[in-house]
Amino acid sequence: MLFSENFKIAIRALRANKLRSVLTMLGIVIGVATVVALLSIGKGATASITSSIQSNGSNLLTVSPGRQQTGPGVGGSQQASYLYYSDYQLLERSLTTNVVAIVPSYRSSYLVNYGDESFSVNVTGVTKDYQETNSYEVAEGRFISDGDNKSQSLVAVLGSQTAEDLFGGLYAVGKIISVNGVKFEVIGVLESKGSSGFGSSDDAVFIPLDAGYNKLFGSTATYNDRKIVNSISVSVSTTEAMDTVSAQIEFLIRRSHNLTSSDELDFNVLSQSDLLSTLTSVTQTLTVFLGAIAGISLLVGGIGIMNIMLVSVTERTKEIGLRKAVGATKNQILTQFLIETMTLSVLGGIIGILFGVGLASLVTLTGLLTAIITYDSILLAFTFSLAIGVFFGLYPAFRAANLHPMVALRYE
Amino acid sequence: MIQTENLTKIYQMGDSEVRALDGASFTIDKGEMVSIMGPSGSGKSTLMSIIGCLDVPTSGSYILDGVAVENMDETKLAETRGQKIGFVFQQFNLLARTSALENVMLPLTYAGYSGQERHDRAMKALDRVGLSKRTHHAPSELSGGQQQRVAIARALVNEPAIILADEPTGALDSKTGVEIMELFQGLHSDQGQTVILVTHDAYVARHTNRIIKLSDGHIVSDEVNKNPIKAGTPRTEE
Repeated sequence: MLFSENFKIAIRALRANKLRSVLTMLGIVIGVATVVALLSIGKGATASITSSIQSNGSNLLTVSPGRQQTGPGVGGSQQASYLYYSDYQLLERSLTTNVVAIVPSYRSSYLVNYGDESFSVNVTGVTKDYQETNSYEVAEGRFISDGDNKSQSLVAVLGSQTAEDLFGGLYAVGKIISVNGVKFEVIGVLESKGSSGFGSSDDAVFIPLDAGYNKLFGSTATYNDRKIVNSISVSVSTTEAMDTVSAQIEFLIRRSHNLTSSDELDFNVLSQSDLLSTLTSVTQTLTVFLGAIAGISLLVGGIGIMNIMLVSVTERTKEIGLRKAVGATKNQILTQFLIETMTLSVLGGIIGILFGVGLASLVTLTGLLTAIITYDSILLAFTFSLAIGVFFGLYPAFRAANLHPMVALRYE
Repeated sequence: MIQTENLTKIYQMGDSEVRALDGASFTIDKGEMVSIMGPSGSGKSTLMSIIGCLDVPTSGSYILDGVAVENMDETKLAETRGQKIGFVFQQFNLLARTSALENVMLPLTYAGYSGQERHDRAMKALDRVGLSKRTHHAPSELSGGQQQRVAIARALVNEPAIILADEPTGALDSKTGVEIMELFQGLHSDQGQTVILVTHDAYVARHTNRIIKLSDGHIVSDEVNKNPIKAGTPRTEE
């Protein structure tokens, strides 16, 4: 007996109970759609995080304090650790080879005003090389120069989003904004870097670091009368030199912080690739986790199919008896019902894939992130729904095949 | 055609044994038209399921068309049913939402015939029962008599050794029942088709040339009926 005939029988049987077939399929449709959509969105999130980190330049080392201060005052038993401006000066003095630029930065959130517009924005004190190490392009005006730092000028460079928020598309260069009550002149606006998945790098205000220490940050930027920084970015000339420079930094700061070789480090030296691999593994774990949840809903859908097929076998006992009476063997009955279940699950799978792709495309349309639909995830979802058809179809099909023909014929 | 020796079927009902069939021996030759009669519980259903290869006897031998059936496995039994037996049931047992033609083709499908041959043979069988103009009607669009004709065409389509009809007129009004009996008698007289009728109705049984009576699993009588009623002639009460 041919597959096409079994398929025809299956379609006829499924059409006989349209609503029931559709509801049964729905379980698989939802499961497969979720798997496809989640995998695509997960892949998209990973790709967007990767690209945003890579856009910061891949040969960048970031030095940051090991223990962050958790709130005003020092909470908990563990003392927060700090990086000092003097650490930057030490690195600037000591690291002579393999290094392109060293940039200290201090960041704090302030209320920024222009006219009636007022926003809370991260204000970062930086030096000239910050633009290059963090791969910013200037759209209008210029970036902060060495001269601005030397003269402690009250000038500011705005991220594209902040400029848009404050000035609504008007030309911002030359305007005076107020940061926490201190007046700064806008000297430049940056090109958009796009969203990075966690916090936009376009929502920012940059000022000369020295001006910040003296005019804006005040005592919060000092500890024991020493100026502190949030991070020190070190741009390394080649990828090969990364490890060497990283070790040098560790050695220098360890010494300046008076740590012995057995002490735990109170600062971190992270490369972009470290950050990348950490974040990638996090998003991958999340994707797998979400995929597993979607897989469970597929399993539930499969049980729904089995349930309906068992009902169907009972309802069609007489038909099975008749088929056996006119010469159908056990195997032929088994095949018939298995193909019927597989038709349900595969049809559900195909519809689910379409819905999943649609859902992923919808997410892309919202602009949150670009979902990446891969053939892998589609193939996976399809194979999974086929497997569910076989797995959950076998038991009902065996029930049908093992019916005694005489008993089946007499069944009322 | 059919040779049975000491057929016995024992069902286990909890602790007790039920001897549904207890040593039935008989022979039915090719071209005979026989009824098997008996009240319900006499074992005629059990006998029918064994003759029809739907079940195997607990003991005894059964040779159908030269082949020993009693030791066949399920698959062999199914194939034998498909090749040698044509069933007609009281409730017709047609597949719903399936055209008459496709219903008739069903046994050929399982026997592995090609599409064209299935179609031709099914058309011939439907023609034989007088339904060549109703081939694409679903059972729900046919009268009871027509449905039973489709079922008979389905039984004929494999050119079976025997047609086994279980109360074929039981669900029909008497006029239609007569037409169906006429059809069976025609198959028997025109083509020499072996027909076995299983019935509890003595009037239906008297249409056949031989009547085997069962009671409590035993054959109580096996007589030739010299003057079978010709279906379609006026019913005369004795």
